[in-house]
Amino acid sequence: MRLELRGITKRFGSLVANDAIDLVVEPGEIHALLGENGAGKSTLMNVLYGFYDPDAGQILIDDKVVDFDGPGDAMAAGIGMVHQHFMLIPVFTVAENVVLGHEPTGVAGVIDVAKARAQVKEISDRFGFHIDPDALIEDLPVGAQQRVEIIKALSRRAEVLILDEPTAVLTPQETDELIAIMRQLKEAGTSIVFITHKLREVRAVADQITVIRRGAVVGTVAPTTSERELASMMVGRSVELGVVKDAATPGEVSFSVRDLTVIDAAGVRQVDGVTFDVARGEIFAIAGVQGNGQTELTETILGLTRPTSGSITLDGEELVGRSVKEVLRAGVGYVPEDRSTDGLVSAFSVAENLILDRYDQEPFARGLALDPVRVRSSAVERAQEFDVRTGSVDDLASTLSGGNQQKVVLAREMSRPLRLLLASQPTRGLDVGSIEFVHRRIVAERDVGTPVLIVSTELDEVLGLADRIAVMYRGRIIGTVDAHTHRDVLGLMMAGVPHDEAVAQAAAHQTVLGQADRAVETSSEEDA
Amino acid sequence: MTAGKVSYRAPIAYAAIGLLSLIGFGLIPPSGRHTTFAISTPKDLFTIEPFTVPSKSTAIVFSLVALALAALAFWAARKRIRLGVWLPSVFGLCVLLAFLTWSAADKANSMPVTGLLQGSLFLAVPLVFGSLAGVLCEHSGIIDIAIEGQLLAGAFLAAVVATMSHNPYAGLIAAPIAGALVGLLLVLFAVKYRVDQIIVGVVLNVLVVGVTSYLFSTVLTAHRETWNTPPKLPVLEIPFLSRIPVLGPVLFRQTIIVYLMFAVVIVLQVMLFRSRWGLRMRAVGEHPKAADTVGIKVNRTRLRNTVLGGAIAGLGGAFFTVAAGLAFGKEMTGGKGFIALAAMILGRWSPKGALLAALLFGFADNLQVVLGIIGTPVPSQLMLMTPYLATIFAVAGLVGRNRPPASEGIPYVK
Repeated sequence: MRLELRGITKRFGSLVANDAIDLVVEPGEIHALLGENGAGKSTLMNVLYGFYDPDAGQILIDDKVVDFDGPGDAMAAGIGMVHQHFMLIPVFTVAENVVLGHEPTGVAGVIDVAKARAQVKEISDRFGFHIDPDALIEDLPVGAQQRVEIIKALSRRAEVLILDEPTAVLTPQETDELIAIMRQLKEAGTSIVFITHKLREVRAVADQITVIRRGAVVGTVAPTTSERELASMMVGRSVELGVVKDAATPGEVSFSVRDLTVIDAAGVRQVDGVTFDVARGEIFAIAGVQGNGQTELTETILGLTRPTSGSITLDGEELVGRSVKEVLRAGVGYVPEDRSTDGLVSAFSVAENLILDRYDQEPFARGLALDPVRVRSSAVERAQEFDVRTGSVDDLASTLSGGNQQKVVLAREMSRPLRLLLASQPTRGLDVGSIEFVHRRIVAERDVGTPVLIVSTELDEVLGLADRIAVMYRGRIIGTVDAHTHRDVLGLMMAGVPHDEAVAQAAAHQTVLGQADRAVETSSEEDA
Repeated sequence: MTAGKVSYRAPIAYAAIGLLSLIGFGLIPPSGRHTTFAISTPKDLFTIEPFTVPSKSTAIVFSLVALALAALAFWAARKRIRLGVWLPSVFGLCVLLAFLTWSAADKANSMPVTGLLQGSLFLAVPLVFGSLAGVLCEHSGIIDIAIEGQLLAGAFLAAVVATMSHNPYAGLIAAPIAGALVGLLLVLFAVKYRVDQIIVGVVLNVLVVGVTSYLFSTVLTAHRETWNTPPKLPVLEIPFLSRIPVLGPVLFRQTIIVYLMFAVVIVLQVMLFRSRWGLRMRAVGEHPKAADTVGIKVNRTRLRNTVLGGAIAGLGGAFFTVAAGLAFGKEMTGGKGFIALAAMILGRWSPKGALLAALLFGFADNLQVVLGIIGTPVPSQLMLMTPYLATIFAVAGLVGRNRPPASEGIPYVK
């Protein structure tokens, strides 16, 4: 099936999310749609999927114009979509999720469960997915949930499969399995539209790459295009890939966590005997798949959660048992993983958000009153220093883009003398320009001798920033390694494989992306 | 490596209640008293004679069985074995029997077991219909606080239509229409105007009270004969089955509304969890966007099921007038809609559970009436509180961890 988009335009109010986009997907082709967060990729796909009505433009299937009045029509036309946030119902079984919307039924609309199960099994066996049709979605790991989404699309006879940021939640090994599945689907004649912002992945799997910037197509290129070239197409200027930093010069250990255990209200050990040290002037990163206790660990360090046992010391002072305010006053800068709910008050102005932790102190407070002049003038300085792009510091935080919101959080946390910088997912959902900026500031903080603790699920970020890496799995630290550890090894450790075994396994089986890494390393060595 | 802590909360509660029962109903009261239980009704196939037991020793035996169950619960908690719902059920029954033996000791009237059960079922009828309405609405994602209003509207229209047509069955047909209208208003404000559903529900309750009370004190009172003297639904005895002792009078000597109730519970239980209609409705209540992406019309599904739910609650409203054979009275539902909501929660959003929970509340309600008649040692004011106390304990304590539909109360916007 040949799919063509002609001049698709979609506006949300004054924002033009898609501006006259043209795209052709040939049968049996893996077509990558590359662009930054907010470039308009997902909007385009939601138009294609019938979820949004385009303001202008046409969709053609096999050279015939079609008109979708909702996802039902798109599915009937053979378009399937795996959304970035899975569209699965956690309390339903796999079979129920797969047949939802086109249920095989018997008398009085009662669902033919045997038939539903058989449908799942047939596709699952054909591609070797190993999915139990009767498992509840909430009990499945993310990788398996993604395969259920693919089964769901295939069971509706999808000939074009849209994968929206499918690798965002996967470990490198799971990504590898996904790449294998994509190739298998291609063999079977399915076209794939692969949406991503990760350069390495598109070069590994795509047949064609279309780059989108600010809602418009920049160009369609072959996968032989270099990463640097793709990046500059995506961002619109030449960019530095990776993080530029000198080797760390770690000083004495100033932040220590000892045997920290956190048991939550449901009795689950979220953090299980975690021990590590961070020295002055080093970046210590905690890698791991989302939901392995990282959130609980950071919240415990900040004092939001009381640990069941263990100790946390900063320059010899015990932090356990102190209130959040006391921890912040002790010199901890905290960048929460979810800036919009935990980092900012979106209904407050930028200036107000910048003093959330110091509203009651000199120079912002005078007695019981705030000093609005000082608050404002300081905010203007901070906004300039941290490159916060806003019309005025009186604008509401909710009106800023994700990248600028994150800069506000950083500006607040880093504009006082720090004894520890704790940053969780510091660049999640940011555009390349903002990521560069955030990384530069974090490295600068390290270079003045502050211990830096980064928690990130993005392996690229961990590899780029860290001086030492710990991998967290099911609440435990499964191993602490140096910054030059190969991504395949880290990926296996993120899935719970101990370090030595991970090294052996990674040597025996290289992932597609891991090979790409090695290729880059050799070529850069040759350059040198 | 240890797993989570063992929770002894439930076994401790069992032991405490068992001990109170042993001391209060068994050890303290004087010996030599007797309690009589009556089982049979005049129409039964064969008669089971009322039997008399010594009060003190019977209460002690039941309390000891309860304490044994508490010990079993301790052992199971220690070994981390799950025992299922039979344990709390049997435990509750034992304590209840000990209480009944004690409270009816040496009374002139015997304890009418069959009557007690029959009345319980009868009083549970509006609760069952009300909580089924809640089940339907909440599974499709709409919070239905307006059950009270739907019951009241149903009761009102049933009374008026039955009076005017001189036919109680006409009232039974009219009642769901009134309830459906209230449901329609609820879903209109919730879906179209995205008003907070709890607020809309409360406002609708007040609206229905206002409208029906106004009409009651004007038209219905001035011309009582033409507007508000509904005929009573006849009792339909199922041949043969109705003559089985105990079961017959309770289950098969009822009005049509009770039979309808059982039918609706069974149909909903099957359809909600096994049919396409049910799967789609629950999908909409759990994750509306996921439902939308597979071509299910979210708001249309919500509209249909909320109106259907309203109709079911309205049918339950007919209980107060045509089934009970009473004229419509101001605010005559008296908070039953809210107890129905509690029954829905206690029944964990399933029709079967709603039925059981409603029966429990109906029993508490009727116990208070029956004990009032035979005369109990407990002050009547305290007895009047039992249904509400049972509700609070049930909802707060027994429910444990449960999960309402994930997207209830949240308007769906693309």
